[in-house]
Amino acid sequence: MKFKRLLPWIVPIVLLGSWQLFSSIGWISNRVLPNPIDIFTAAVELTKSGQLVADVWISTQRAFWGFVVGGGIGFLLGLANGLSKTAESLLDSSIQMIRNIPHLALIPIVILWFGIEEEAKLFLVALGTFFPIYLNTFHGIRSVDKSLIEMANVYGLKGLSLFLEVIFPAALPSILVGVRFALGITWVTLIVAETIASNSGIGYMAMNAREFMQLDVVVLSIILYALLGKLSDITAKLVEKRFLKWHPTYQK
Amino acid sequence: MTKDHKNEPILQLDNIVKSFDGKEVLKKIDLHVNKGDFIAVVGKSGCGKSTLLRIIAGLEEISSGSLLVDGTELKGRNQLAKMMFQDGRLLPWKKVSDNVGLGLKSEEKKQIPTILKQVGLAERANVWPAVLSGGQKQRVALARALIHDPELLLLDEPLGALDALTRMEMHELIEDLWKEKQFTAILVTHDVEEAVALANRVILIEEGEIVMDLPVHLPYPRQRDNPLFSSLVSQILNRIMGKKRKVEANLTTLAKTSTSASVRRA
Ligand SMILES: Nc1ncnc2c1ncn2[C@@H]1O[C@H](COP(=O)(O)OP(=O)(O)OP(=O)(O)O)[C@@H](O)[C@H]1O
Ligand SMILES: [Mg+2]
Repeated sequence: MKFKRLLPWIVPIVLLGSWQLFSSIGWISNRVLPNPIDIFTAAVELTKSGQLVADVWISTQRAFWGFVVGGGIGFLLGLANGLSKTAESLLDSSIQMIRNIPHLALIPIVILWFGIEEEAKLFLVALGTFFPIYLNTFHGIRSVDKSLIEMANVYGLKGLSLFLEVIFPAALPSILVGVRFALGITWVTLIVAETIASNSGIGYMAMNAREFMQLDVVVLSIILYALLGKLSDITAKLVEKRFLKWHPTYQK
Repeated sequence: MTKDHKNEPILQLDNIVKSFDGKEVLKKIDLHVNKGDFIAVVGKSGCGKSTLLRIIAGLEEISSGSLLVDGTELKGRNQLAKMMFQDGRLLPWKKVSDNVGLGLKSEEKKQIPTILKQVGLAERANVWPAVLSGGQKQRVALARALIHDPELLLLDEPLGALDALTRMEMHELIEDLWKEKQFTAILVTHDVEEAVALANRVILIEEGEIVMDLPVHLPYPRQRDNPLFSSLVSQILNRIMGKKRKVEANLTTLAKTSTSASVRRA
C-alpha cells in the first residue's frame, strides 16, 4: 500500500536528481539550464527581498479579477441565452462570431488602447475566460433534462424555485467544466500578457531576469506559473467535489 | 374523500381526440372514472397510453373533445392529480427526503418521515438517489406523489424497470396505500397480470381507441393462482394478440418486453 503511494513520485525524483547530478559534473551547462539548487537559492533570495511575493501577488490578483469579470459576464450571458430564446437569437450569433478571434491576437491593439497598464491584462484575461464559461453555462442550461422540468411542474415548481432547485443544479456540472477550462486559459493569457506588456508580475520578473542573464530566475518564474496553475486547478476540483457531491462520479 | 363519494365521477372524457403533427394518436376516447376506482390501462407499445395519461394530468392539450375533472373543464395542469413516471425522475442533487418534499411548504414537510416510513424507506431519508436500487427509487417517487394526498394518482408504467419480485412487493405496497388513502388510481402498464392484480377495471387501448373495458370483481389481495384470475388474464391477452392465442408464449414475450424496456437506466 505504502509503496503504491510512493510510486508516482519515483520518476520526478530520479529526474530531479539526475538534473542536479549532470549539472554538478558539468554535462549540463549552467548557461543552458541552471541546476535545481541554484533555482531554489534564487527563490529563497527573492523571497527574502520581498520581490517574489510582490510579483506573485500582483499576478494572482490579475488572474483573479480577470477571471471574475470575464467569467461573471460569460455566466450571466450564458444564463440569459440559455433561459430565453429571444436573448439567444439576439446575442448568440454575435458572440459566436467574436469567438472566432483568438483573444491573444488582440495583444497589439490592446497595447495601443491601454498601453501596459492593468486594464490591458484585465481585458485579455476577461476575454479569454468569457467564452468557456459562456459556452458551458449556455449548453448546460439548454441540455437540462426536459422530463425533470416537466416533473417539477407537476409538483408545483415554477419561476425562481424551478430555476434554483432544478435548472441550475442540473447545469452546474457543465458550468464547472467551463470554470476549470477558463482557469487554464487565465494563466496562459496572463503569461503571454505579462511577458509582452508589463512592468510587474511573474512574467515581468522573467523578462527582466532574461536581460541580466539570470537564468535561475527565468526558470523559477516558469515553475511559479506552473504551481499557480496547478493550485487553481486543485481549487476548482475541490469546488466540484463540494458542489457535485450528489453526482455518481463523486460517490465511492 | 370518503366512501360515500364513490360512484361520483372524478374524470369524464368524452370524444377525446389527440393528434401530433396531423397524426391521430387518440381517435375517440370515452372514459368515465369514478372516485376511488383503480383503473389499469393496457395496450401495445405506441398505442397512446402515455398520451392519455398526460392529457389527464394536463401536460398535453387535447385536439378536440371534452375533459371534465370533478365536473369542471380542465384548463392547464390537473390540480387533483400527481403523476409517477416510469423513470422515477428523482432529482439527483437532492437527498431522498428533499425529493419527497419537492414543492412543499415548510409546514407540510413535517409529513416527510411519516410518508417515508409508509413506503418502507425511513432509514434512507438522508442518502442521494444515486445509491438507491431501482425499487427504492420508485418508492421515493411514490412517496413524493402521495405526500400531496392527491385525489388522483397517475402511474405511467412505474414498475416497468423492476424485477419480478420487487414488482410484487410494490404491488402490495400500492394496493395497501390505495386502500388506506382511498385515492383514485390510473395505472398504465405492459403487464396484464399486474393490471388484473391491482385494478377493478382494466381498459385496453388499440390504435388510439378503447377496445375493451373489463371490470375485475376479485377480492383483494388477489391470488394469482385463482382460476378466475388466470382466465381474466388470458381473456385480455387473447384480445391483445388477436387470433394467435398462444397465451403461454405471449406471457413470456410480454414479460420480456417489459423488462428489456428497463435496462437503459441502470
Ligand atoms: N410529443 C409528441 N410529438 C409527436 N408524437 C408523439 C408525441 N408524444 C407521443 N407521440 C406519438 O404518439 C404515439 C403514442 O405514444 P405514447 O407515448 O402515448 O405511447 P404508449 O402507448 O405510452 O407507448 P409505450 O407503451 O411504448 O410507452 C406514438 O406513436 C408516439 O410516437
Ligand atoms: Mg408510454
